[in-house]
Amino acid sequence: MYKYDTYDQQQVNARVEEFRDQVRRRLEGHITEDQFKPLRLMNGLYLQLHAYMLRVAVPYGTLSGAQMRMLGHIADKYDRGYGHFTTRQNIQYNWIKLEDAPDILADLASVEMHAIQTSGNCIRNTTSDQYAGAVADEVVDPRPYAELIRQWSTFHPEFSFLPRKFKMAVIASDTDRAAMRLHDIGIRIVRNEAGELGAAFYVGGGMGRTPMIAPCIREWVPIDQMITYSEACLRVYNRYGRRDNKYKARIKILVHELGKDEYARQVEEEFAHLLTLSIEPPLAELERIKAQFADPPFESGLSDDLDRSDPDFALWIDANCLPHKRPGYIAATISLKPVGGIPGDASADQIRLMGDLAERYSFDECRVTHAQNVVLPHVRKADLFALWQQLDAAGLATANLDQIGDIIACPGLDYCSLANARSIPVAQKISQRLAGKARDIGELKLKISGCINACGHHHAGHIGILGVDKKGVENYQLLLGGCEGADTSLGQITGPGFDEDGIVDAVETATGVYLSNRQGTERFIDTYRRIGMAPFKEAIYG
Amino acid sequence: MAEVQFRFRADEPVADPAVTVDAFGDQTNAAAVRLEPGDDARDLLPHLERLQLVEVNFPVFGDGRGYSSARILREAGYSGELRAVGEVLVDQIAAMRRCGFDAFAPDLPLDPGDAEAAFSRFTQVYQPAADGHAPIWQLRHG
Repeated sequence: MYKYDTYDQQQVNARVEEFRDQVRRRLEGHITEDQFKPLRLMNGLYLQLHAYMLRVAVPYGTLSGAQMRMLGHIADKYDRGYGHFTTRQNIQYNWIKLEDAPDILADLASVEMHAIQTSGNCIRNTTSDQYAGAVADEVVDPRPYAELIRQWSTFHPEFSFLPRKFKMAVIASDTDRAAMRLHDIGIRIVRNEAGELGAAFYVGGGMGRTPMIAPCIREWVPIDQMITYSEACLRVYNRYGRRDNKYKARIKILVHELGKDEYARQVEEEFAHLLTLSIEPPLAELERIKAQFADPPFESGLSDDLDRSDPDFALWIDANCLPHKRPGYIAATISLKPVGGIPGDASADQIRLMGDLAERYSFDECRVTHAQNVVLPHVRKADLFALWQQLDAAGLATANLDQIGDIIACPGLDYCSLANARSIPVAQKISQRLAGKARDIGELKLKISGCINACGHHHAGHIGILGVDKKGVENYQLLLGGCEGADTSLGQITGPGFDEDGIVDAVETATGVYLSNRQGTERFIDTYRRIGMAPFKEAIYG
Repeated sequence: MAEVQFRFRADEPVADPAVTVDAFGDQTNAAAVRLEPGDDARDLLPHLERLQLVEVNFPVFGDGRGYSSARILREAGYSGELRAVGEVLVDQIAAMRRCGFDAFAPDLPLDPGDAEAAFSRFTQVYQPAADGHAPIWQLRHG
């Protein structure tokens, strides 16, 4: 894991003091709420329906046990005993007092954490593959490249007032577990035939009200020019991205309106110019960072045997665990989606326990996933049963990874001032209704957004649900066929929307169509792609 | 016209009024120009030798195009005064300084103590910009 040196620590300490001063000036009335808003947003502090919400950055989703325990401590001390893990691998707290925010940032800084640029029209926290360093299919561990981007983008003086927010993701395998092409910039680290590393740049993806899959604008950027090329992409966007309409201000609109070739041409011009300025960190810096992501001291000669005699344990292994690159190890996902629960929520006690278990069983490391779960990436198979028993005792052993109950949902109208409809109760009802069939249905990614901004990634759900306001009444549209990953696609709306009970019925009906049409080992999305929308529509509306 | 509140240059301020980019192209004697957010700073590059003052206007503080304009001018070797004008707030001036601004004429004068704190708070930076500040990676690796 990356450890701060004195320079990194100084940056977050200075930020805490700066924000303390900004809050003081706001509380004393020296600055208006309008002027304060972008400042607090750049520290992840939102004003929601009932209170302030603080979003804490978890760079590329990676946390140590001590950092996780601090997140539990903050939930207890400053919130109502809960934290909410988000689709951007972060955590947010929903009941924060403005005057406490500087102290929370100071507590975070004490464990090398911060809330820098978790909101605002700037480069946000960089996300990555939650199984980085644990799976065999990656070219390299993508996180050192994400850390290089974190440092470059932190307090970037030119890109603090972009037309709109800007999200970057870095992966390093063909299997895309980070929805890379649905980001403003998605980077795939690749190796060429000569064995050299480079970066493929995908620019202009995103969800929101105009979902777009990012086109590849350059298949190969030499790895020692990745930051310079990123800077060129950002400068073209900062200069020419639309500022007349906030709904057309994301880079996807610029790339779409210019065309990817023209955008790429402008980036090339800027890139050629920036290369003359030597703004790229030297390879020695990348090597310094890489050394901190070296493999933990795995034991060799471990057995791959697992005692599956406990049927619940066996179910959990099959549902929630992923093969590890090293013999005798396994990557285990802790589902934060208990049946009928709030997706992504964990109590302070649960958060602390996850920190303890990461320390004890996973080389002091855990990961937040964009599906709002937590991964222990490096568990010895010999320890897995003991780990599972402790998770089970804490209500953290739900065996439903990537199943219909593993729902991504935004906070919705229960918390969010932008929402048109509630997301959480819909997630809870679907999870309860289909709990008995979930294992039979198998992989089915269901994603719910409470408004068109798509924080719940409904466009990318095999089944997506979008909450809208229909003449003052909450109404839910159903989408089918979305998918993230290597075969990214966007969901299509089935037809007229439903009320809360109606959408639960419609989802159940859609799963029924799948079950009666599936062939062999087809997943829901495979069957949908084969038979198309018509049979689903007929069953739902017929 | 707002007063220049902070200036980090030793030379005498130019007295000429700043003209628009369009007018500047027609007036071969003008030494001062004012860039609006939508203007292309690169249009000025053929004329850098006669330029002594570039005002970059921030009509609203959230429009960040002026930061790129400033860096583009400095990257091209412009060494005259680069003045941020308009809605220039205390929490923006440190980033502006990094992008090459060396004079500030905010519409609303800033609290001097707050401004001093803002200019000096971050003594180290992660990335090179237009202020010659050595980035942290350079400090780490020499």
